[in-house]
Amino acid sequence: MAKVMLGESEKWFIIHGIQDDMRNDGRSCEDYRHIEVETGVVSNTHGSSRLRLGSSELLVGVKVELGSPDPKAPNEGLIHFHVDCSPNADPSFQGRGGEDLSANISCILTRIYCNKSSIDLNTLGIIPHKQCWVVHVDVLILECGGNLLDAVSIAVKAALHNTGVPNIQVTDGDEGTQEISLPDDPNDVKFINTVNAPVLVTISKVGSRHVVDASSEEELCCNASLVMGVTKRGRTTGMRKMGGGSLDPESIPEMIETGKNIGRQLHISLDKLLKTEQGMAEDIEKAGYL
Amino acid sequence: MSNITIRLPSTRRTQNQYETGTSYLVTPGDVITEDTDYMRGHGTYCTGDADDKLYSSVAGVVERINKLICVRALKSRYTGEVGDIVVGRVKEVQQKRWKIETNSRLDSILQLSSVNLPGGELRRRSATDELNMRSYLNEGDLISAEVPQVNVDGILSLHTRSLRYGKLSQGCLVIVSPSLIKRRKNHIHNLSCGASIILANNGYIWIYTTQHSSQTEEGDGGFIISNESIPIEDREIICRLRNCIKCLAKRSVVLYDTSILYAYEASMSYKVKQLLDDEVCDEIVNKTIYLLQQANVGNSEY
Repeated sequence: MAKVMLGESEKWFIIHGIQDDMRNDGRSCEDYRHIEVETGVVSNTHGSSRLRLGSSELLVGVKVELGSPDPKAPNEGLIHFHVDCSPNADPSFQGRGGEDLSANISCILTRIYCNKSSIDLNTLGIIPHKQCWVVHVDVLILECGGNLLDAVSIAVKAALHNTGVPNIQVTDGDEGTQEISLPDDPNDVKFINTVNAPVLVTISKVGSRHVVDASSEEELCCNASLVMGVTKRGRTTGMRKMGGGSLDPESIPEMIETGKNIGRQLHISLDKLLKTEQGMAEDIEKAGYL
Repeated sequence: MSNITIRLPSTRRTQNQYETGTSYLVTPGDVITEDTDYMRGHGTYCTGDADDKLYSSVAGVVERINKLICVRALKSRYTGEVGDIVVGRVKEVQQKRWKIETNSRLDSILQLSSVNLPGGELRRRSATDELNMRSYLNEGDLISAEVPQVNVDGILSLHTRSLRYGKLSQGCLVIVSPSLIKRRKNHIHNLSCGASIILANNGYIWIYTTQHSSQTEEGDGGFIISNESIPIEDREIICRLRNCIKCLAKRSVVLYDTSILYAYEASMSYKVKQLLDDEVCDEIVNKTIYLLQQANVGNSEY
């Protein structure tokens, strides 16, 4: 993302500001920007969400289909992540430009989601060794405004929460074979349990302090950052260091502690919102894009 | 302990509630009229085929003056005029000139001969000066400059041959639409709240601390760059101004020293980070508009 450029003295201004716990937009080091989330925005998906964090804008769609399970885990379903960077977000994403970034994000998402403590993949299994649900999570990045990873993970959790998997009937056919039948009613669905779904928290080291939810200008001043997946109970499901700089071993536990705290708060706020949205009447119009 | 706000977009008030009157909006490719009697103005085109339809080439509002139809774009880039003050970012260092990004359609040009060299000497630029160009202005640096000339192709030539202009030191850049900046006699202000501001015509607003050391009105030409930490009080003023300008720009209030100062005063009952809130933003903007109207009424009585 070469769109943002900063001069030397502007960088110093931002770094000193973080040192004084007064960032350019008045936030302190552990303040998050306002987030806007809406679910169920795309009608031809099983679950979808739209998110806006600062000036980052995302659209997530979830589609489930029948497939065959991994031979190593015959009882479990599968989750695939695919990230697409729209050239609208940045002209450099044109053609194959955004490939590195999207591969990176989907790799991190796979890492934090594909373990037993995040999502119970057994609920997505249908007939062992033969049939299972394959969940495709497609993320579309429409605008980049810093802190993309956190935003993606929050939107993914909201979309998964909104995803209804059709209630499938398994009946015993003749000669020991099993047959499956889809329900006629499209509303006969079972929602995916996202109680333990993690969100990503990026903690960026700027100068000698660390900040959460860095804007794109602050990301330029940061030499290294720690990305961690945190569940509702504050459990870490994955961690990764990003950026070319190095981290002081003494500061890492501190950053992890901050990440856990922020992650827990994110979950509380998000769950509250998803609950209120679910409780709202169906006929309330979605804000959508227009 | 900080709290994270997540909410639904539908709870946010939409722009429509602020709009008054009806306007006819079009997007590129929309047919404006099929009537052949009209003349085509800016922002419209005809295909030249058998159909004599008039299409819009931009997204905007249709305006009709007698038989002339124009489409005024909702959003546009900066079109420079002679005498404008601009803030721009150095994009490239080239032979004897810098390419400056100024939010116009084409990059602007700053010639080596139209800058004040450090030391303030006026002489012919030698080959050594040419080699040292990067030590004065590097890629990514911000400068303030004046437009002495607009070339035929629309490229702006810039100059910084006054100590008021030059490289910008520590501060904060806010980018707004160029149409929001009110054209005034003076665009560089030392605000009474304790910070200085450059309201550049191209929509780039630079907020920085007032230099107390320089006694004259003129600046230092950007030759003194300090990377010292700015005191927290000054920083808070800068951050507050930044958020106030963002609020005003979000609600399309014209920006000039008075409107910014009114917004700053209206924001004093809130913490700086509370200004990011939509409700607080609305309140401040409404207060500012009210104060501006009051001031206008007062002025017209004289």
